[in-house]
Amino acid sequence: MNFFGWLLDPAHWTGAGSIPQRLVEHIGYVALTMIIAIVIAVPLGAWIGHTGRGGFLVVGSANGLRALPTLGVLILLAQWTGLGLLGPLIALVLLAVPPVLAGTYAGVRNVDASVVDAARGMGMRGREILFGVELPNALPLIIGGIRSSVLQVISTATIAAYVGLNGLGRYIIDGLSTRDFPQMIAGSILVALLAVAADLVLAGLQKLLVSPGLQTAGTGRRVRALATRPTDTAAQAA
Amino acid sequence: MNWVLENISFIASLLTDHIVFSLVPVVIGLVIAVPLGWLANRAGFGRAVVVNLAGLLYTIPSLALFVFLPVILGTGILDPINVIVALSVYTVALLVRTVADALEAVPPLVVDAATAMGFTPFRRFVAAELPISVPVILAGVRVAAVSSISLVTVGSVIGFGGLGQMFTDGFQRSITAEVVAGIVLVVVLALVVDGLLLLIGRMLTPWDRTARAVAQGATA
Repeated sequence: MNFFGWLLDPAHWTGAGSIPQRLVEHIGYVALTMIIAIVIAVPLGAWIGHTGRGGFLVVGSANGLRALPTLGVLILLAQWTGLGLLGPLIALVLLAVPPVLAGTYAGVRNVDASVVDAARGMGMRGREILFGVELPNALPLIIGGIRSSVLQVISTATIAAYVGLNGLGRYIIDGLSTRDFPQMIAGSILVALLAVAADLVLAGLQKLLVSPGLQTAGTGRRVRALATRPTDTAAQAA
Repeated sequence: MNWVLENISFIASLLTDHIVFSLVPVVIGLVIAVPLGWLANRAGFGRAVVVNLAGLLYTIPSLALFVFLPVILGTGILDPINVIVALSVYTVALLVRTVADALEAVPPLVVDAATAMGFTPFRRFVAAELPISVPVILAGVRVAAVSSISLVTVGSVIGFGGLGQMFTDGFQRSITAEVVAGIVLVVVLALVVDGLLLLIGRMLTPWDRTARAVAQGATA
C-alpha cells in the first residue's frame, strides 16, 4: 500500500485539509477539552480529597467511564445538539474529567498523614495546607490523571470525525467513504504519532514539574505504588 | 422502547457478535500475557523492554490501530480479524504488566517452600506462583474485559462493531432510541461480565474465602 507516498505528497502539506491544518485542529480540540476538564476536575478532586466527602463518586465515575462506549456518547450528543463543535466537545469533556478527577482525588487523599500533621503543627491553616502541602505532593498523580485524559481525548477526537469534527480523524473517515485506503492508513499513522508524542511530552512535564523531593528513592517508591498508571485508567477506552 | 421490541432479533444477533468479538481477544490476550509476564519478571532487562513496549502499544488510539493493522497483517482493511487482533494487542499490553507485578508480589517463602518440596520450576510456576497471583491477574482481566466490550463498538465505524452498529445505524437513520438502547446494552453487558469474572475469581481462590470470612467476622 502506498500510504508512504500519500504522506510525502507535497499536495497534502499545504492548503485546505492539509496535514499541518488537521494536526493543529486536532491539538486545538484536545487543548480546549483539557482546559475545561482541568478547570472542573482539579478543584473538585482537591476538595473531595481534602474533605474526604464523596470519594465513592470519584472512584465510581472513573470505573464507569471504562464501560461507556465513546462512539455511542458522541453520536447521542451529536443527535441532541446537531452537527458542530458543541456535541463532540461536551462528549470529550465528559470523558476527560473522570481520570483527572480520580488522579487529583487519589493524590490529595494519599498525602502522608504525618506530612499534613507537620504542616498543621507549623501553624498552617486548611487553605495553606491544601495549596502548600497537599497539592504539590499530589502533583505526580494529578499529572498522571491528565496524561490518561489526554490520550483518551486524542483517541476520541479521532472517532469524533464520524460525527463531523475536523482534525486527523477526517483522513480515516473521508478515506473510508471514498475507499482511499492509503489516506486512511496515513491518517492512522499520524494519529498514533500524535498520541505517542503527547504522552512523551507529558511524561517529561511530569519530571519537570514534580518537586525533586518526591522523585527520590525514599518517597518515590510510595508514589509509584499509588500512581494511577496510564494503562490502568484505560486511557484508550475510546 | 418500541424500537427495541420491534427489533429484538436484530439486537440479539448483534449481542452475540459483540460477546464473541470482545471476549475472544481477552482470552487470547491472557494466554499470551502469562508467559510474557513470567519472562518479564524473570529478567530485569526484559521487564523494562516489555513494560515500555506494552505502554507504547496501549497509547495508540483504537481507530488508528484498527486501520493500521492490515498493513502489518496483510489482511483486508475492512476485515473483522483486525478488530480481534487489535483488542488482543490491548489486552496483552494491559496484562503483561499486571502478570509481572503479580508474580513479583508472590512471597519468596512460598517459592522457596515449593522448591524445597522438589517442584520443578515449571510445576512451581503452575501450582504455586500462578494460583497465588490469581487475584491480581483477575483484577487486570476485569479491566481488560470491560475495556474490550466498550472498544469493540469503535469497530462499527469501519463496518464491524457488534452492538456498535446500533450507534452508526441509529445515527444514519436518526433513531435516538437505537443509540440509547445500544449504550445501555454495552454498559449492562460490561457490568454482567465484570460480575461473572469476580465470581470466577472467588471460585479459583477458595483459600481467600476463609480469609475474607475471618476479616469480616473481625470487623462485624
